[in-house]
Amino acid sequence: MKGGVKGSIFLLTASLSAAFPLAATAAGGAVEGVIEKQSINVSAIAMFLVFVLATLGITYWASRRTKSTADFYTAGGGISGFQNGLAIAGDYMSAATLLGLTALVYGKGFDGFIYAISFFVGWPIILFLMAERLRNLGKFTFADIASYRLDQTRIRTFAAFGSLTVVCFYLIVQMVGAGQLIQLLFGLEYNIAVIAVGVLMMIYVTFGGMVATTWVQIIKACLLLGGGILLMVLAFSRFGFSFESLFSQAVGAHKAGIKIMAPGSLMADPVSAVSLSLGLLFGTAGLPHIMMRFFTVPNAKEARKSVFYATGFIGFFFLVVMVLGISAIVIVGQDPQFFENGQLGGKLIGGSNMPVMHLAKAVGGDVFLGFLSAVAFATILAVVSGLALAGASAISHDLYARVIKKGSASSADEMRVTKYASVAIGLIAIVLGILFKDQNVAFLVALAFGVAASVNFPVLILSMYWPGLTTRGALWGGIAGLVSAVGLVILSPAVWVKVLGYPQAVFPYDHPAIISMSLAFLVTWLGSITDRSARACAEAAAYEEQYIRAQTGLGASEAASH
Amino acid sequence: MSEDSIQKRIGRHPKFKEMVGKRTRFAILLSLLVLVPYYAFMMVTAFRPEWLARTLGEGSVLTWGWPLGVVLVVGPWLLTGVYVQRANSEFDALNEQVLREVRQ
Repeated sequence: MKGGVKGSIFLLTASLSAAFPLAATAAGGAVEGVIEKQSINVSAIAMFLVFVLATLGITYWASRRTKSTADFYTAGGGISGFQNGLAIAGDYMSAATLLGLTALVYGKGFDGFIYAISFFVGWPIILFLMAERLRNLGKFTFADIASYRLDQTRIRTFAAFGSLTVVCFYLIVQMVGAGQLIQLLFGLEYNIAVIAVGVLMMIYVTFGGMVATTWVQIIKACLLLGGGILLMVLAFSRFGFSFESLFSQAVGAHKAGIKIMAPGSLMADPVSAVSLSLGLLFGTAGLPHIMMRFFTVPNAKEARKSVFYATGFIGFFFLVVMVLGISAIVIVGQDPQFFENGQLGGKLIGGSNMPVMHLAKAVGGDVFLGFLSAVAFATILAVVSGLALAGASAISHDLYARVIKKGSASSADEMRVTKYASVAIGLIAIVLGILFKDQNVAFLVALAFGVAASVNFPVLILSMYWPGLTTRGALWGGIAGLVSAVGLVILSPAVWVKVLGYPQAVFPYDHPAIISMSLAFLVTWLGSITDRSARACAEAAAYEEQYIRAQTGLGASEAASH
Repeated sequence: MSEDSIQKRIGRHPKFKEMVGKRTRFAILLSLLVLVPYYAFMMVTAFRPEWLARTLGEGSVLTWGWPLGVVLVVGPWLLTGVYVQRANSEFDALNEQVLREVRQ
């Protein structure tokens, strides 16, 4: 592997996490840089410690309320729509949104907005087509729905491995991003940062389960929204709250001038753009930790409300980020103190992901910079906790309780396995985070979303919408989606050129979804319609019962009483 | 009464069919109202970027792209509100009626 793709292209990709992989690649040339360890930032560490103490307190409180498996996996279904909406927003908005997206707007102007919109537009679709069915059919994991009327052993095993694959890729990206970011903002060693993130994640998930994870995500979402809005107000006041003044000064300050006001080169290739947007749209709908959030509310009504709130928070925050990015062009881009050797237009201190942090320092001083750094750390913790919980439930609920024990495991046994699984995932995340230090992990983002869109999403949506889906079709299609998504990512520029060092990529697009997702649907359909077995007939006949439950909520799991 | 026969009765119930039909059509309509403008916007950025580069007025630097982008965020969010409003009142009321009637 061509290691040492140091610096901010790497951090950009890592911290952008799932959001803007194409941006990272497309903007690659412009954002090279070397991360230097910063001096220890005392106010940032102090504020972060306050966050850690508060969340550990919540975890202690949550651990006393977490008695059953339902409490552990879904907070007993007792989260309200509004709380869940905040938690979904907290799960979805990673440090990427704050750092990477502002950096993208700072560097490219309007193109950053196009990414934000693509990252956002999947949410209404999840509400219209999936939210109530997910809530009515699911209990703890997305495999519950995929295997609802299909073969419990084979489909559940396959779905669980689909979840674990996505969780694993996504965790590596987050851990590596966390290590880099913390090194940069707090001045801590990379390895110490990765271990700290891993250990805190283990504590939240193992002791507090879904209750603690939800509250960590809610607090983080509030901090991120509050901090973002405050920063926007401080920055925007410099322009007298006038968009005309803001944009005209930005055009004057940016080296690309008026070009920042219109679409640029990022969208030049329509096939690539469509593949990216398919991957983001349907990959989002296939992320196990996001789907799991739908089981934490008491009924379909609250599930719908939670998407309404989540969509509002996410969309609003993206608009705030646009103002931050454009303001940074004027305020940060013309201030020599933020550039290496004080050279305007040279390298930003700390790398190309830093505009929003420099903006915080410029308008709010060191204390505000420390606050925003602490928020970025909290953000990573919330995202990895959700991932670890989704992974642990795939192991304990799907693989252990349902596949190995065939449903005969006691609740206490299942809880014990869950806790071992959470600790194991935490340890694996730490080890992988350290192993992947200084590696280019951009391809893992494409992999996580490619697998989510091509393996998890097709079986999920077809099991809910198509009576003809059979076990054989689901397995064939899932394998076709997995092999093509992984294969195409290996042949794509992100791995073939940037990791393996070949001059020309075999597959020209970084996102495989346009091919792999279509293939998964096609093979699932073929495998199902040619399946004439008695099992296939029984599975088709079982659709009606599932359909009635999906539509009416009859027999759906209720909220546990406390 | 067993669950099974309840389900058969729900499936045959005219109000169930009415509720599912209305809700499905509404969900598809709203999805199209989100996806068609979004993909149209993406195609314009790829093939006709100059359309989005036109300024809002003489002497202004603001281009059409920005307000249109805001519409593509705020519009779909308002549509989620419209869906939740109707699903949580009208459709859920029908749903509860069906469930009550088949249990009698």
